[in-house]
Amino acid sequence: MKRLALICALMLAPLAGLAQEDDETPPESIVVGLSQESVAITANFNGSEILVFGAVRRDGPVEGEDPLEVIITIEGPPRPATVRRMDRNYGIWMNVESVEIDAAPTFYAVATTAPFNEVITSTEDLRHRISIPRAIRAVGTGSDRPADFTQAVIRIRSDAGLYQVLENTVTLRGETLFNTSIALPANLVEGDYRARIFLTRGREVVSSYTAAIEVRKVGLERLIYTLAHERPLIYGLLSLVIAIAAGWSASAVFRYIRSN
Amino acid sequence: MLIYLPIAEVSVNAFLLLGLGGLVGILSGMFGVGGGFLMTPLLFFIGIPPAVAVATEANQIVASSFSGVLAHFKRKTVDLKMGGVLLVGGLIGAALGVQLFNALRAIGQVDLLVKLSYVVFLGIIGALMFVESLNAIAKSRKASGPPPRRHHRGWIHALPFKTRFRTSGLYLSVIPPLLVGVAVGVLAAIMGVGGGFIMVPAMIYILGMPTKVVVGTSLFQIIFVTAFSTLLHATTNFTVDMVLAVLLLVGGVVGAQVGARIGVYLKAEQLRILLAIMVLAVCGKLAFDLLVQPAELFSIGMEGSH
Repeated sequence: MKRLALICALMLAPLAGLAQEDDETPPESIVVGLSQESVAITANFNGSEILVFGAVRRDGPVEGEDPLEVIITIEGPPRPATVRRMDRNYGIWMNVESVEIDAAPTFYAVATTAPFNEVITSTEDLRHRISIPRAIRAVGTGSDRPADFTQAVIRIRSDAGLYQVLENTVTLRGETLFNTSIALPANLVEGDYRARIFLTRGREVVSSYTAAIEVRKVGLERLIYTLAHERPLIYGLLSLVIAIAAGWSASAVFRYIRSN
Repeated sequence: MLIYLPIAEVSVNAFLLLGLGGLVGILSGMFGVGGGFLMTPLLFFIGIPPAVAVATEANQIVASSFSGVLAHFKRKTVDLKMGGVLLVGGLIGAALGVQLFNALRAIGQVDLLVKLSYVVFLGIIGALMFVESLNAIAKSRKASGPPPRRHHRGWIHALPFKTRFRTSGLYLSVIPPLLVGVAVGVLAAIMGVGGGFIMVPAMIYILGMPTKVVVGTSLFQIIFVTAFSTLLHATTNFTVDMVLAVLLLVGGVVGAQVGARIGVYLKAEQLRILLAIMVLAVCGKLAFDLLVQPAELFSIGMEGSH
């Protein structure tokens, strides 16, 4: 599978457009392919795996001796969230403090070719919002220790498999071909996801590329979701009709069984 | 077999949901409780978002109660007149309860309120029923004479607007059942359940209705109150998950039929003591969670998203 992906990447390389045009074309740019550009959430959706593969295209000589490193991130649509902290009051545990997080991605995975600290500086991380803490736009209002709340979001979502740090999982060959696979969990929120690929040398970003991944409910899932949001009264009545019908038919079936 | 729930946006095992539905359905048919007070916490536990769990549970209770009530109609153990009076009170109470719920939600303490209401009400009712049923069993073993008439309803008989509830064999003012209905409606809206576990004891101990009639009448009233709250949730919060509801109710309706048959073979005291034990168990678990330090002190809510 990986070998196939690499072959695809090589074949696609000349066709695909350049990643990102700065004022000055960088000597190295990225050509990328994704195993799927859209994820369909069907009734039996049980997570999905996205294979990100690509090649580095060199248009000029590379300055310096630093080795090339690759960072790949996939992030879900950002949503605001309320984080609450519990404490003991009057002998019982209750919510005592809450912090509004402006936007936290519903899914975030970051994969690298080496340990995170060795591939990028914290300044570059801050600028491109690559690591998980940087990807969360947290405005700590209403607490003296907003960092605790940001950490809590990361901890809870990491436990749920929604935030993933995948160091050393990007394979880079001959400083040219790279690939990795990132698992999307089953509890995925639909929306516009994006994959970002960064090339770094000497822990500085030398080139980057962004690709979109559409995650959409399809078929019955889509139909139900749309009906629930656009015709809520009809949806509610339909739910009741189904409930009553199911209740009645179960009763009828049991009466029939008993009468025999 | 995993299935993706379109509104809850999580993937869960379909057989687990069918099983849960069936188990709660059996209890529903046996005791005339909707089973929401068991199912809602179970749904939280398997990872369904609380808002979706509460709304969808209301929809599922409609199905299991409807299935259960048909069995009771056949045995003529539904007091329609009493059910109607309780229902009027219940709808008024539910509307009031939703207002109260939203007000507390604004303060941010709604979770605590819900849990405390569970602990307090389940604890009181469970303990009362447990003691009373034990006494009843002890008495029926000692003496097989006629059961003593209860005389504690003196003030209730002094109230105006008296009417005859033929099926229950009561001549009673409409005010007490109306108030019971309102109280149950308020609690049902706050706690996100049908309220049968409160109404059943209230009907037995406050109104003095015979246990066999209580179950069918309670189910009858629950159908309408939960249908009302399903519509309310579907139109205001969009949190009713049809796929989740269907899976739960397929298990639930079958379970309710089985439960209604089991109920026939059990004595009233035995039914009550079983229900009391179950109520106390849920109460104990919730109280334990409030008193012991949780593993994760932080929680993420998506309320900010709309």
